[in-house]
Amino acid sequence: MTALLFFYFSGGIIIPALLVVLLRNPVYCTLALLVMFAHVAGLYVLLNAEFIAAVQVIVYAGAILVLYLFVVMLLNVKREERFQRQVIPASVVAVLLLAEVVVIVFGGRFSALTGEFPASRIEEVGSTAVIGQELFSRYLLPFEVASLLLLAAMIGAIVLSKRVKGEG
Amino acid sequence: MVPLSYYVVLSAALFMIGLIGVLIRRNIVIILLSIELMLNAANINFVAFSHYAEMVTGQLFVFFVMTVAAAEVTVGLAIVIALYRRRATLNVEELSLLKW
Repeated sequence: MTALLFFYFSGGIIIPALLVVLLRNPVYCTLALLVMFAHVAGLYVLLNAEFIAAVQVIVYAGAILVLYLFVVMLLNVKREERFQRQVIPASVVAVLLLAEVVVIVFGGRFSALTGEFPASRIEEVGSTAVIGQELFSRYLLPFEVASLLLLAAMIGAIVLSKRVKGEG
Repeated sequence: MVPLSYYVVLSAALFMIGLIGVLIRRNIVIILLSIELMLNAANINFVAFSHYAEMVTGQLFVFFVMTVAAAEVTVGLAIVIALYRRRATLNVEELSLLKW
């Protein structure tokens, strides 16, 4: 059952990802990305990360994608040439890298690790509670740095999109 | 139970699709979308390894990746809008002012 779901979600990730790269109309590309985000969230549920799945739907599909859709529709891009001249070199690079990863993955072995949070304990405490406890104890400093990063991005976006006086 | 290597290969394939998108597309918005594909590939790896290694560190780092993605999108799209206002194009081949 798990394997079946995994292959369904992989198909739901790979095919929309290909559509994002191959489709001509940017609006359709963005909507294909929405489908991909939903399937990635499903994969997270499969991996016992329910809270991350919820955040994926809320933040990625709810906030980031809507921002993209706004910009794509605001700019009203006409259909133009899709690809530039480096299609063949790019494909060669990508296929070589993929082959390299496959060789490394199937050549090596991932040893069975045992950490302090096996699936049973996460189920017992709850995914959200575990993440919250870790986030506000061991990873407090990265958390604060992330908030600072968001503040900087916000100020940057406001400054960048402000209309300078006397221009246009 | 699906072995961990399946997840790694899935994430590698997704990353390659994103890389191809960045390299071959002309529309700057689609290039940003392809970067999202690559970030999601990294996130899948983080969550898969955190599940198989029985730690929550990977899930926490997915948070930080999402924060970075949100910041990247806001600034990137602001730059795209500013560029479009000034040059009226989204084609990266025409935006070569900084190329010598």
